[in-house]
Amino acid sequence: MAKSIELVRQPETIYIKPSTGLTALNLRDLWIYRELVYFMIWRDIKVRYKQTMLGAAWAIIQPVLTMLVFNFIFGSVAKVPTDGIPYPIFSYTALLPWGLFSAALNNASRSLTTNTNMVTKIYFPRLVLPLASVLGGLVDFAIAFLLLIAMMIYYRVTPTAAIWTLPLFILLSIISALGVALWLAAINVQYRDVNYVLPFLTQFWLFLTPVAYSAKVISAKWQIAYSLNPMAGVVNGFRWALLGTNTGPGLYMAVSVVISLIFLVSGLFYFRSMERTFADTI
Amino acid sequence: MATAIHVDKLSKRYRIGAAQTKFKYGMLREVLMDVAMTPVRAFKAFSGQGMRGASSVAYIWALNDVSFDVQEGEVLGIIGRNGAGKSTLLKVLSRVTEPTKGTVTVRGRVGSLLEVGTGFHPELTGRENIYLNGAILGMKRREIESKFDEIVAFSEVEQFIDTPVKRYSSGMYLRLAFAVAAHLEPEILVVDEVLAVGDAEFQKKCLGKMGDVAQQGRTVLFVSHNMSAILRLTQEAIVIEKGQLVKRAPTSEAVDYYLSAGHAEAGERLWESDEVPLNAAPFVPVSLRVKDQHGKTVDTIRSTEPITLEFEYRLSAPTTGLRVGFYLSTMRGEFIMTSFDTDEPEQFEKFSARQTGRYVSRCVLPADMFNEGRYALGVNASSFGVRRYFMDENALAFNVDISGAPGTHWPEPRVGPIRPRLEWKIEKMD
Repeated sequence: MAKSIELVRQPETIYIKPSTGLTALNLRDLWIYRELVYFMIWRDIKVRYKQTMLGAAWAIIQPVLTMLVFNFIFGSVAKVPTDGIPYPIFSYTALLPWGLFSAALNNASRSLTTNTNMVTKIYFPRLVLPLASVLGGLVDFAIAFLLLIAMMIYYRVTPTAAIWTLPLFILLSIISALGVALWLAAINVQYRDVNYVLPFLTQFWLFLTPVAYSAKVISAKWQIAYSLNPMAGVVNGFRWALLGTNTGPGLYMAVSVVISLIFLVSGLFYFRSMERTFADTI
Repeated sequence: MATAIHVDKLSKRYRIGAAQTKFKYGMLREVLMDVAMTPVRAFKAFSGQGMRGASSVAYIWALNDVSFDVQEGEVLGIIGRNGAGKSTLLKVLSRVTEPTKGTVTVRGRVGSLLEVGTGFHPELTGRENIYLNGAILGMKRREIESKFDEIVAFSEVEQFIDTPVKRYSSGMYLRLAFAVAAHLEPEILVVDEVLAVGDAEFQKKCLGKMGDVAQQGRTVLFVSHNMSAILRLTQEAIVIEKGQLVKRAPTSEAVDYYLSAGHAEAGERLWESDEVPLNAAPFVPVSLRVKDQHGKTVDTIRSTEPITLEFEYRLSAPTTGLRVGFYLSTMRGEFIMTSFDTDEPEQFEKFSARQTGRYVSRCVLPADMFNEGRYALGVNASSFGVRRYFMDENALAFNVDISGAPGTHWPEPRVGPIRPRLEWKIEKMD
């Protein structure tokens, strides 16, 4: 009797064979392993500030220190135009999404090589690793956001009605980071050069993004080329929604979204097609 | 009964670079040229040109045309030397790596104990690691919660469950890791060498747990160098040699085949260059010999004679902290002893740093030590706490003949691997 009950729950059959050509994304597998994503995020957060004296305060200290440096160089010395917004809050508003993006990009690009042990010993959809690294940055972002609220109260800045769009900009910065990181993470498995490229890439990208300065200093004919950088759209969007500067998202924003989606989709396919050799080459 | 695993003409090829022979003369000019050309090569590799025609790339078939079926509820042993392809087979079955050719059909969830403790984080507590490791092994949170107490009880670390595992002793760490893996309830369980963990008591417990799993009608693939465990837990076994399945038979027959094949090269074992793993460099094993008191290489030695063990090897670069030594174990996989050539502190001072060149490490086992039977000689070359260059626990086997040994005037088998000649004194007390 017990046997027949057993038979009702037919075990799933798995076919293992060499894959060729373009690999299917198999996002269903990722869905089955969603709890692993959750646990990896939880692990990263638990471990991140272990054995530090200041703990999670680092999530605030890092952007604040950058803001102070920017404030001195661009605010006091270079006197960058900020549309009448006090420079500290002007730059901090941009540093928030930028911090989320750069941490996500760096951690996710290194996620496979820092978890080599898991990759070579156990089966799970490898996408779990970069995905968890990217999402793990949201907690730091949330902590740093608390200071922004305090600053807005101090500087008496009221957010615009467009504040509801903020999650969309956050999503865009995550998608952009994930798209690029998928490429870099997969390449990193074979060529560790990625580890050396990352700091330069991040720094270069920061200069190309209107974090320390306002996007308005870019002349009109360069605007479209400038919007090829999705983070420019995100930073502008943040200032628009929170501080009421800049004009709302338009054509340039659409370009940003399309670019980051192209990176995401191509990154997913590239990652999946390289995935089959990860355990052998890492 | 249904087929749980169907392996059909499975092959796996690995690419091995010919890095060691790259610079013939070791000239700086060559090295500089090579460095200068690196970006060009990288570009070619990326664009898919060049690499295919390059003759410097070599391939090895870690698995070559392997086919077998495992029925549901069967416990199958997998036997083979280090590097024979066992681990590659398990990796393919557990989907860690893809095959190059052939297919596998697996019915049910595969749980692998390829290496226990994967994903353990030293900073997290025992409790946190149970959840994390459970999730990595594919358990649902509910499943982990319901088995949590059982896992903790099995691991015997109740007191320290809220302590970061970096403060654990290595034994506690491994016990906890095994406990999580052992409570996974997949339809198919793949076990590789986990029984080398912990003390004898815990090993017994692990074997018991594996026996339970098998009795519940689940399929188990079991790889171990411990022949007594294989004999105890499996009815049938396959033998893998150089990537090929060479035998499938009832376990006792397969074990006999494995022990007699390849090993008994008349008291001598030579290493071909393709048998040495690439990561052993700079250590290159050359030969291993068992010699009698006249210096003759022998397969069978009398227990009343001293036995000379000789391990010849090369160092392709100067090495510090090196120790080279022997394991001796019975054919059932129980260890008898371990000894290293620099066990004496003065010896270690003198030889811990060794120059490039050819060496022999030799030791003499005293006469009147072993009981009758067949013994396995293993070798190990390592730097303590730094790295293990080379290890083969089953490099060579030899027989011991006990004619003339103490107690042989009684024609009875004696238990135990040693049969020392002891100085007995008999006193009359009254």
